[in-house]
Amino acid sequence: MDNPDEGMEQPDFPGPILFYNEEVIDHFTNPRNVGELTEAETDGYGLVGDPSCGDQMKLWIQVRQNRIEKIAFKSFGCPGAIATSSMLTELAQGKPVEEAKSITDDDVVEALGGIPERKKHCSLLGVMALQAAIRDWESRGSAGGGSQQ
Amino acid sequence: MIYLDHNATTPLDRRVLDAMTPYLTEQWGNSSSPYRFGNQARIALENARARVAACIGAAADEIVFCASGTEADNLAVRGVAAALRERGNHIVTSSVEHHAVLHTCRALEAEGYRVTYLPVDRDGLVDIEELERNLTPGTILVSVMHANNETGVLQPVGEIARIARERGIVFHSDAVQTAGKLPGMLCHTGADLLSFSAHKFYGPKGVGALYVRRGTPLLARITGGPHEHGLRAGTENVPGIVGLAAALALAVESAGTEAPGSARLRDRFESLVLQTIPGARINGNGAPRVANTSNLSFDAVDGESIVLGLDLSGICISTGSACSTGDPEPSHVLLAMGLSPKEAQGSVRVSLGRHTVAAEIDAAASALERTVARLRAISSL
Repeated sequence: MDNPDEGMEQPDFPGPILFYNEEVIDHFTNPRNVGELTEAETDGYGLVGDPSCGDQMKLWIQVRQNRIEKIAFKSFGCPGAIATSSMLTELAQGKPVEEAKSITDDDVVEALGGIPERKKHCSLLGVMALQAAIRDWESRGSAGGGSQQ
Repeated sequence: MIYLDHNATTPLDRRVLDAMTPYLTEQWGNSSSPYRFGNQARIALENARARVAACIGAAADEIVFCASGTEADNLAVRGVAAALRERGNHIVTSSVEHHAVLHTCRALEAEGYRVTYLPVDRDGLVDIEELERNLTPGTILVSVMHANNETGVLQPVGEIARIARERGIVFHSDAVQTAGKLPGMLCHTGADLLSFSAHKFYGPKGVGALYVRRGTPLLARITGGPHEHGLRAGTENVPGIVGLAAALALAVESAGTEAPGSARLRDRFESLVLQTIPGARINGNGAPRVANTSNLSFDAVDGESIVLGLDLSGICISTGSACSTGDPEPSHVLLAMGLSPKEAQGSVRVSLGRHTVAAEIDAAASALERTVARLRAISSL
């Protein structure tokens, strides 16, 4: 018998099914820039939590000539949180700090080719962690010159 | 695919499909029609009713068919609440019920009923003394599930039934996770009302039943025709009901041999996990449990990430109730058992079935070990 659902696109409906696309699954399975920077390497550090779902993220940056030279993260959370954190680090890596600052959660979601509607809040976590790390870098007073300790 | 989520649903047994097929094809009559063709459907319906009754130790007129376990729960809780509104407005239930009962009780609170949600201990058991303390002259219903869908923990329903009966309070138990799984007749629990659902025991989806002990005050929640002794209007789903009866008969027949085999595999799985994954914990293992269910917690990882990790290896498990997948709130059952939100977030449910074999258990335990290790390496906790 013909299956009427065969070849149908997964609809983005608010039901219980959480469908992740290949790109999201790839970033969940092989997250980029996972790990920690040593204290000597770190110019900025951010730790943020999402009170709505308990997810948590830590993010480290190393800045050279106002550019994000190195970035690393660790994340406790759902697949959406892991994948969006990973994609965020890819977007920020190598960018001038000023540019990295303006990365939005929508940019992360778009780069991943979309995530389920109810997982969109996850993508905020990475953006918030990056902004916290940049604020930390700024507060260390090395902004403008680049740190060369 | 290795399927270890039988508390969510089970495959339709081929023999059940064969029993249903005539009523999906040639015998499509309406069981309420006044001619012989309709009467054939009526006979199938009433035979199914008698068969279900015999499986649980009830009389045929004590079985009401409906569309799901959730609907059976709704009929029981709302139906008793409506029937006894004049006598009282207090309902006692547990904090670990399925949402079918829990959310129904919350809805009744909005209608002016008072509901007590009994706490449970670390193993998920309701405290009998706490139950007794909370019963008042205005208490009209106690609803406590037989086995929990997330942990498999069996509540002391016999004891609860005795306490309720002594005080003339109606007792309902959601038996969706025990029907066809436990040896022995469900009616021997002493409950006045028992809900169950065909697709949990290798029957079709979209059909459930409520056992209603004779004399139990109950009002229909779906009104219309006089179907199902006036307790549930709507043309009966004859193929589904025939399937429910056939599936329950098969499950009850084999429960005595399947349950011990399932318990052995479950124990093997749990000891593998405890041996290979540091810090793994089994929730509810200090209480009696149905043989097929295992609920596990792992530090510093998220349950949904474990589920996806195993899914990518072709293994189906879940974070808890399929009915709340994607809900960012951690399991209300595990929170009620005293787990912290973080511990509850790192929990998964594995539920075995009739066809589960040792090789599948071993593969799942090994995939779980790899996945948890990988996620812990990523984890910020």
